[in-house]
Amino acid sequence: MSGHSTYQPQGAFMKWMERRLPIAGLIYSSFVAYPTPRNLNYWWTFGGILSFMLAAQIVTGIVLVMHYTPHESMAFNSVEHIMRDVNYGWLIRYLHSNGASMFFVAVYIHMFRGMYYGSYKEPREVLWILGVIIYLLMMATGFLGYTLPWGQMSFWGATVITNFFSAIPLVGETVVTWLWGGYAVGNPTLQRFFSLHYLLPFVIAGVVVLHVWALHVAGQNNPAGIEPKSAKDTVAFTPYATVKDAFFLVVFMLAYAWFVFYTPNYLGHADNYIPANPALTPQHIVPEWYYLPFYAILRAIPNKLLGVVALFGSILILAFLPWLDTSKVKSARYRPLFRQFFWIFVAVCLGLGWLGAKPAEGGYVIAARILTFYYFAHFLIILPLLGLFEKTKPLPNSIEESVLKPGAAALKKA
Amino acid sequence: MTLQRSLLALALAAGLAAPFAMPAGAAEAVEPPRQTWSFAGPFGMFDRAQLQRGFKVYKEVCASCHSLSLVSFRNLAEPGGPGYTAAQAAAVAAEYKVQDGPNDAGEMFERPGRAADRFPKPFPNDNAARAANGGALPPDLSVIAKARTYERGFPRFILDIFTQYQEQGPDYLVALLVGYADAPQGFNLPPGTHYNKYFPGNAIGMPAPLSADQVTYDDGTPQTVEQYAKDVTAFLMWTAEPHMEARKRIGFQVMIFLLVFAGLLYFTKKKVWADVHA
Repeated sequence: MSGHSTYQPQGAFMKWMERRLPIAGLIYSSFVAYPTPRNLNYWWTFGGILSFMLAAQIVTGIVLVMHYTPHESMAFNSVEHIMRDVNYGWLIRYLHSNGASMFFVAVYIHMFRGMYYGSYKEPREVLWILGVIIYLLMMATGFLGYTLPWGQMSFWGATVITNFFSAIPLVGETVVTWLWGGYAVGNPTLQRFFSLHYLLPFVIAGVVVLHVWALHVAGQNNPAGIEPKSAKDTVAFTPYATVKDAFFLVVFMLAYAWFVFYTPNYLGHADNYIPANPALTPQHIVPEWYYLPFYAILRAIPNKLLGVVALFGSILILAFLPWLDTSKVKSARYRPLFRQFFWIFVAVCLGLGWLGAKPAEGGYVIAARILTFYYFAHFLIILPLLGLFEKTKPLPNSIEESVLKPGAAALKKA
Repeated sequence: MTLQRSLLALALAAGLAAPFAMPAGAAEAVEPPRQTWSFAGPFGMFDRAQLQRGFKVYKEVCASCHSLSLVSFRNLAEPGGPGYTAAQAAAVAAEYKVQDGPNDAGEMFERPGRAADRFPKPFPNDNAARAANGGALPPDLSVIAKARTYERGFPRFILDIFTQYQEQGPDYLVALLVGYADAPQGFNLPPGTHYNKYFPGNAIGMPAPLSADQVTYDDGTPQTVEQYAKDVTAFLMWTAEPHMEARKRIGFQVMIFLLVFAGLLYFTKKKVWADVHA
């Protein structure tokens, strides 16, 4: 998608086509000849894994829709119909429900990788922000999808999340009624959630195209965090990156298959096998695991409106990361202090996730407040200050030099 | 060095949160004891005889109050289930009266069940079920084995991924069925409820459903409450997950395929990259 194509069409038809629609040339320059830094490690394979997961979710989702009924009195049983009577319906459904979780596993690794190696920094700010938009769309899609089986957690999760909007001053209640299509979560809610759940993945696919476009303009970041300077710093996307991505995708699929075939309900919630009952509130309403850190942040704040502001703020703050991190050095490899704080931040996110699954009472709330404060402090205090005070290690002269053994590099210098 | 530092940072943050990690609730529910199940683990299969015994317990005991509305008689003869023949499943169906209609005269009528029918519900609607059960609604049992669980806590909930311990629901059901006892001194048992060690809140609407020698086993299996509870729970695990055997069988094939494929790709990758690393 960037630069001029070196593609030489072979054969009469391809030559004819290239003069009219140079799609083969586009694919060639984007996914074959595209130069990729030679020092990328396996953390860089998650972009490809995410593309695969998006495709897998769309394909399994389309098949599920052929058998699913979005109606409050039929949705639960239609999912069970898929599990029982549709040929391999159980497989499609478990692939889809666990696929959502694996999608989030991959996106979290992808995001933390970007943070560790400073992939959001100049000239990749727009690339990063597009990623944040994709992540927001994924959160919305996952939430909408979880309501569709119309079990107890579907229903009450939808009730709790949509109630966030009632915190908006003056128009809150009106907005919530508008979202529900009624005065409570009910059939109109289910039908619009179904419609949007089908729509959003294609919006995601559109933003993914922009994301990949921006990536191919700026080029990939790499573990050294310095830009390629010569042809020796890069290798061709195909076969080098392709085969590496393919290998790790299959490794990732092993984990995916483990969940689908052996522990398919581990990542779900037992209460969602109870049909939705508006008259009976479950003891603990817990969202899907991938929202838990944000749920902990929401509940850590005693004021409802401020809690919702903190919840959305904790995600939106990611979009400002390129400017909050003031360091000129990208990779944590050369930022000894940042590296410590990065791992503390990871631990804080995991801690918030664990607290999100716990009841909001006693010591859990205090812990959630401390970790919520730290979460924001990481972005608003630590990152801006680190860039000013941190003494970074010397950067290698080139990517090629960074991948040579330290001894060899010293020899070369001498 | 990097890894050590990272672990240190992680431990530090964990230590930060640890003092607040103690459970806040006062009276925690008693944890159901772990059972051994033939269907546990990556190669787990249902025990056909156990499913047949469990079905007998369901039919003679549970079915008087609990529906099984997602299960059809034909399922009894499908692979991976109790292993009845199609004729046996049809014979079971014929024991039931099923409402059908309207006929040409516009009237509803009753006929003997057919293999394609679902198990009929014991009550015409939820209100009738409540009225007959002192206000409590006996839940449908089709997916009950997946709809119940108990809290595993850290770190067991992480280990469960690797040990594939998936039988929290069945373990809870067995515990519940055998967990009836006299209420301890000072426990305020609401009228119309019964004390159960494992039920959340300990006051359950259902009276102890099982008693020894209540159901006759033809195969010499002991006719105890524990055995009944285990057998009917295994049966309900099958009704909740009728394709579990196919899932695990296909899963093993998929894992083998992916492992071999990953190995081939790994060596391909090594060969492709050999000239770059040189």
